[in-house]
Amino acid sequence: MRGRTSKTRPVEVIDWPAAIHSALKSQRVRQVSYVPDAGHKRLIELCHADQSMTVVPLTTEEEGIGLAAGAWLGGERAALLMQSSGVGNCANALTLAATCAFPLLMLVTMRGEAGERNPWQVPMGQATPEALRLSGVRTLRLGRAEEASAVANSAAKVAFEEQSAVALLISQQLIGVKSFEEKR
Amino acid sequence: MKALNRREVVASLLKRRDGLLVVAGLGAPAWDCAAAGDHPFTFPLWGAMGSACMIGLGLALAQPGRRVLVVTGDGEMLMGLGSLATIGAQRPGNLAVVVLDNERYGETGMQKTHTAYGTDLAAVARACGFATARIIRRNAEVSDVRSGIYRGKGPLFFQVKVKADALPLVLPPRDGADLKHRFREALLGAQ
Repeated sequence: MRGRTSKTRPVEVIDWPAAIHSALKSQRVRQVSYVPDAGHKRLIELCHADQSMTVVPLTTEEEGIGLAAGAWLGGERAALLMQSSGVGNCANALTLAATCAFPLLMLVTMRGEAGERNPWQVPMGQATPEALRLSGVRTLRLGRAEEASAVANSAAKVAFEEQSAVALLISQQLIGVKSFEEKR
Repeated sequence: MKALNRREVVASLLKRRDGLLVVAGLGAPAWDCAAAGDHPFTFPLWGAMGSACMIGLGLALAQPGRRVLVVTGDGEMLMGLGSLATIGAQRPGNLAVVVLDNERYGETGMQKTHTAYGTDLAAVARACGFATARIIRRNAEVSDVRSGIYRGKGPLFFQVKVKADALPLVLPPRDGADLKHRFREALLGAQ
């Protein structure tokens, strides 16, 4: 209510997608591709609004692996945003990262974790870390909003300075659970 | 009508190539590009089927001042059909895609691809927003392809109907990390 002063200290909500966007910017990421996920909604909007970034919507996640390789050949850094269900689409394209040591930065919002209401999301979500590992992609975990900047920066450094493939898995707990209730 | 010879088409597209950046799809298109002469600005694929056009897009977006050519086959293109929609959404003016369409999976026993059953890849590319999208059947049209690649307003798409010959293998280097390094060094200088 307006005008009323609260004696309790307001809980500060950390804008973790903005922290990831800042990390991408400071790591000089110029091409951002995505298959959308609700958990990536704000980050996608921030990237679209950023004149220094070329944003490339994909029809399927594996396209982003090729895009990132081409960007690197041309001297640019790329990031690839997806939901965990898209990781399964990437397996063979990840050959590019594994055999050519292309840098690859994947930001993966997790489904199928605690609180998931859609059982169809569970198999791929549960298999995601292992599927990435089997394809030669290192995984890092982001579970708490206050860690977003540090973890996103270190993921980008793994990708671009070590020239390796890394996926930052963003916990469903951080994103919030899709409710399947009617919007009011 | 007699279909074209793929090696001759690629050789005529890649002669005096100057600063043209080339991504070659796996299989025969990579061998065709190798037969035209190994070059640091050619990145041939030995796997990752379906990725050629997207690598070309990433490269074209990163290097807007250069011309980028993807040379691939009908089987590879069919696997990455969605990438035509993705390219159509970006409309890079400096990107051309040449599909050497022999209507066969040439590396696996010459099985028919969907183009043999009538899939019109050029129509798909046109519907996805490519500025130019044509089927090429005659030698006389190859010069149009060439001028499109080097000077045309992209994205351009040429589905070149070629003979389903099994030609001698001419293999490019296969160390992917080396191919990547030499491409970047030639383009960007020592890293």
